[in-house]
Order: sequence, then structure tokens, then C-alpha cells
Amino acid sequence: MDQQQQPMTRAARLRALFLSTLYISAFTFGGGFVIVTFMKRKFVDELHWIDEQEMLDMAALAQSSPGAIAVNAAILVGWNVDGLLGMIVAVTGTIIPPMVILSVISFFYAAFASNVYVALVLKGMQAGVAAVILDVVCGLGGNVLKTKSVVYIALMVLAFVASFFFDVNVILIILAAAAFGVVRALFQLKKEARQ
Amino acid sequence: MIYLQLFISFLQVGLFSVGGGYAAMPLIQNQVVELHPWLTLQEFTDLITIAEMTPGPIAVNSATFVGIRIAGIPGAIIATLGCITPALILVSLLAYVYKKYRDISVLQNVLACLRPVVVALILGAGLSILSMVLFDGQAPTLNAVDWIGAGSFVVAFILLRKFKWNPILTMCLCGAAGLVLNLLIPAV
Repeated sequence: MDQQQQPMTRAARLRALFLSTLYISAFTFGGGFVIVTFMKRKFVDELHWIDEQEMLDMAALAQSSPGAIAVNAAILVGWNVDGLLGMIVAVTGTIIPPMVILSVISFFYAAFASNVYVALVLKGMQAGVAAVILDVVCGLGGNVLKTKSVVYIALMVLAFVASFFFDVNVILIILAAAAFGVVRALFQLKKEARQ
Repeated sequence: MIYLQLFISFLQVGLFSVGGGYAAMPLIQNQVVELHPWLTLQEFTDLITIAEMTPGPIAVNSATFVGIRIAGIPGAIIATLGCITPALILVSLLAYVYKKYRDISVLQNVLACLRPVVVALILGAGLSILSMVLFDGQAPTLNAVDWIGAGSFVVAFILLRKFKWNPILTMCLCGAAGLVLNLLIPAV
């Protein structure tokens, strides 16, 4: 912690937390992990509220928990800065910008999408979205292949076949993989304990 | 009752999307296109396009968009609350456990098994969007292929993969190409 930093009153700290998360959320395109780097810059480098190791651990936790990474990171940062109230303030700051923007868009969407020109632009952009998603999948899938782990590659293939060809429910597939992961982790812990 | 349905649907999206980013996409598609008649595949694809162009997580964007279309502003708030509730509880719990034990190896082990599965599910959702682009919602035959869409997709994919273009820039280019080419070609 920086000793030179003027101590803030609680209200001032909460206000700074709210404005920071609001600002970060409003200007972070690409979401997910990008937002964690912005949070690090703000809360670690600028405000000195959190130390670097804690921020790294929070990033790992935010990524390994269910839900959007940005919201998860806000929950962790909020708890860290000012307990329950801090958490509520940070999450509110994080979800307001996307909610407002999408509300405005969805009000205009019907009129928008029925306009011939807008529909053509949207249709063109869909080709771009498909490319972006498949590009991401290639990157992620490549990482899975690079592990050269038979288990991970088999899981990926099985999940794809189950969902795409057999229409198995997505949630069921995720639950099965999670259960498999828990069993595997317990086995490994046991093995380590025996050594 | 629609509020309860929205809440429960997005609760499931929030609970089962692990790994961030696009992980929520197949779950949202499952809930709002397949299980409930809230969006058509066309509207869902538009939604993903819009979510891609605006800041914020896909799950929160989708909850707001679907909520408003189905049940106005209260619907948007309830759907968004639904999708962040699991995280509010679980992440807070995890933060507590982490503070106590400083060890998340079991969690990371589980995540390692989930990651390949999530990749496969995103691929599935991506392919359904691609089929929307290629065949415009019609049966997949050679006659139904939208060649402008197919061409834009291939060019965009190469720009992203080989030349590491910015995704938003690439999508804007595709939007412009879609407008210009579709207006020019029928006139030729």
C-alpha cells in the first residue's frame, strides 16, 4: 500500500469505486479478459487498493467461476475494497453501461432491422461475426490440441459430437464435463497424498 | 409468469457459462431460440452482432435485449439479475474460500476439463450462425448459397486469422461489403 496516498472517507472510496467500474465497463470492448487488465491499471497501479498478486489471483478466480468474467472480477474487487457494499457498488457500476446501451438499441431494433439498408449492413456483419467466432474457436481449439492430452482432445470431440449431431442439451454436457473434472481432481489429490 | 421464466432461463445461462467470453453464447442460444420462442435464429444472430459491437459481457447484453423485447424494462432488469445471481453467490463464496485456503487447484483442474468442452460448444453455436450466413435460414443446398455472405466470411476469416485484423474493424468492413455488394449486384 502506498503510504503517501491520502486516506479516503468511505463515501469517497465507494464513489471512486463506482465511477471506476462504470468507466471501465463503458469503454472496454471485447469484454472478458480485457477488462481485467483495465482493472489492474486502475486499482493496482493508480489507486493502490489491491496488490498485484491479489489481482492476478482474482483474475484466475474470475475466469474459473461461472458467469461473465467482467462481473466476476467486479464482485471480487468490490469485496476487497469495501465488503458487501463495495461488491454491490462495483457490480452495479459494471452492468449499467451494457444495460443502458442494449436497452436503447433494442428499442430501435424493430424499426432498424426492417430498414432495407440497415438489414443489408447487419446481414453483411453476420458474415464477419461468424468469422470472428470461428477464428476464436480455432485459437482456443489449437490450444487444446497443443496440450497433446488425449483426455482434453477426447472431451472436445465428444462434446462437439454430442451437441452438434445428437442435440444433447448444452447444460447436460457441461455438467458431465464438470463431474468428470471433479472426479479427476480428487484422484490426483489422492495420488499426491500417497506420494 | 414471463418474469419468472426470464429469470430462470438467464439464471441457467449465468450458472453454466464457465470460462467467460463466448462461453455463454451456446447457452443463450439454447434458452432463447431452442427452449423458448423468444428470438428467431436471425434475431439471435443480430443480437450476437450487436453484442460484439458494444461494450459489456455477451450474457448481460443478451439478458437486456431479450428481457426488453419480451417484457419491457422490468424484463431486462429481471433477466440481468438472473444472469448475475449465480456469480454473486458463487464468486463471493469462492473469494471467501480462497482467502482461507489460498488454493484453487481443484477448481482449476475442473476448469481444465471444462475448457475443451466449452470450445466445442462455441464451435457448434458458431456453425449455426455460419449456416444462417451461408443459406439465409433455408435448407442447405448449393442453390440456396448466399455467395456474397460466403465470400465475406472467407475474406474476413483470412483477415482475422492470417493478418490478425481487429475484429470490430473486420465486422464493419463486412457490413459495408454486404450493403454495397447487395445493392450493386442485382442491378448488374
